[in-house]
Amino acid sequence: MTAALEVIKLCKSFGGIAVTQDVSLCVEPGERRLIIGPNGAGKTTLFNQIAGEIGSDSGTVRVFGQDITRLPVRARAHVGVSRTYQVITLFPKDTLVHNVTLGILGVNRRRFEVFKALLPQGGIHEHALRVLDGVGLKDRAGTLAGELSYGEQRRAEIAIAMAQSPRLLLLDEPLAGLSQDERGIVRDLIAAIPRDTTIVMIEHDMDVALAFAERISVLHYGKLIVEGDREAVVAHPLTREVYLGV
Amino acid sequence: MKHWPLVAVLLLALFPLVAGEYFVNLASQVLIAVVFASSLNLLVGHGGMTSLGHASFLGISAYVSAWLGLKMGLGHAFTAPAALLVTTLVGMVFGWISLRATGLGFLMLTLALSQVVWGLAYRLVSVTNGDNGLSGLTRPQPFGWDLDASDNFYWFTLLVTCVAMFLMTRFIHSPFGASLRGTRDQPRRMNALGYNVWAIRWVTFVASSFFAGVAGLLYVYFNKYIHPTAMGVPVSAEALLSVIAGGAGTVYGPALGALLVVVLKNYASAYIERWNILLGLVFLFIVIFMPAGLTPALSAGVRWLRGKKQ
Repeated sequence: MTAALEVIKLCKSFGGIAVTQDVSLCVEPGERRLIIGPNGAGKTTLFNQIAGEIGSDSGTVRVFGQDITRLPVRARAHVGVSRTYQVITLFPKDTLVHNVTLGILGVNRRRFEVFKALLPQGGIHEHALRVLDGVGLKDRAGTLAGELSYGEQRRAEIAIAMAQSPRLLLLDEPLAGLSQDERGIVRDLIAAIPRDTTIVMIEHDMDVALAFAERISVLHYGKLIVEGDREAVVAHPLTREVYLGV
Repeated sequence: MKHWPLVAVLLLALFPLVAGEYFVNLASQVLIAVVFASSLNLLVGHGGMTSLGHASFLGISAYVSAWLGLKMGLGHAFTAPAALLVTTLVGMVFGWISLRATGLGFLMLTLALSQVVWGLAYRLVSVTNGDNGLSGLTRPQPFGWDLDASDNFYWFTLLVTCVAMFLMTRFIHSPFGASLRGTRDQPRRMNALGYNVWAIRWVTFVASSFFAGVAGLLYVYFNKYIHPTAMGVPVSAEALLSVIAGGAGTVYGPALGALLVVVLKNYASAYIERWNILLGLVFLFIVIFMPAGLTPALSAGVRWLRGKKQ
């Protein structure tokens, strides 16, 4: 079976600092993969290389068998890669439902229409409301994204990405800054994402992250040092040394 | 309430029946400025691309129409589409050059390009007649409709303005318009969502130059004369002023701003020689007390009054 995400010997240096060093990993379709590592381990850089916002010095990224290493960022959305951002990146002056609509339009041919009105009705609007229902924000559809609470904005981040019906979803610290209650909500909604979406997640909250992950990759100074299923990685002495700190 | 644009147009159409020739001509000038400012609004308000060179498109369209008519002896049925075509083509090239940069760099590039065009209009005497301008032009007579009469010209301009405003409003409300505002507010995310940010901006630049070309045609028809000052920086700046004062990114704000600028210019200049000072003061007042522009401030005021009534 073709892997959902295949990263082969990926490298990236900023000046003399190697941020990603020969990282190789392989994520099966439908898998839930967790990437952990101490601050500055290069997790977000690796994400940006997979999403295309940072170019790679060498190595290959394949998504469902297709080589996307040199593909521009916008083309990757059409291959089925969607991501969320560690720093919330919404359209604050637009309503929540419009935020999700922009997510849908990005991979929909209707985005080229110049003279047909994008009315708050019709198929795309219904679709956007269904997506919002999926993250429990349907009743907030008409609220400006900038006026949502922080926890709701975190969920809106995921909603925009999910609106594209991605095959590969990259979640960059979806729980960052959330309260205990909100963490539970986001954990449940990530758990409810169907298996035809493969998920790779960066997260520091070990309670949620460990419950989510089937396999874990540990990054340290840009190198992949441990990889395996949950129990093996948690028990591994290197993980304990560099990350769990026990 | 939903049909108020239609009502407004009907009232505007009745204007020549109650007003004298001076005011009808002034109203025609306002309408031309409305089309011009609204075309710039696509770029500035909805695209977040502040241009200080928009007058070059107005001027190019006017010059092409005038030159083809005078020197080539071609009729208006040919010169009008040709002028729009040339303007749009120049818009494609200028857009391609200007969009190498964003923000202040973009503004400087549009300014530089417009200065080149302005300089050409002054120096390329064999084509543009330099500082003397091109005079002796005629107004078209669509289907025998005599546009030399002020009233007829006003109605013609109103018709063209309505069509242009309708098209621009559709553009703004389309999915494409939504993605344009997305690239203004969050370009990085739009790119990740699969939008071609550069192409969206470029298409908008070209559309904006086309509608500026429409304004240029009306301008040259109205004045029956074209001079290099029509594409100088002050013309670009006045349009930008109209957009910002009226409310950038709103549908009718730039129209209101254009009305303000043209009326102030005509009235104040009769009383004060340095009318620019007055315009500057009004602009300062708007920017300080209504930073989002007149239209957003007015609609906020209306909402406040309604809230008080209930």
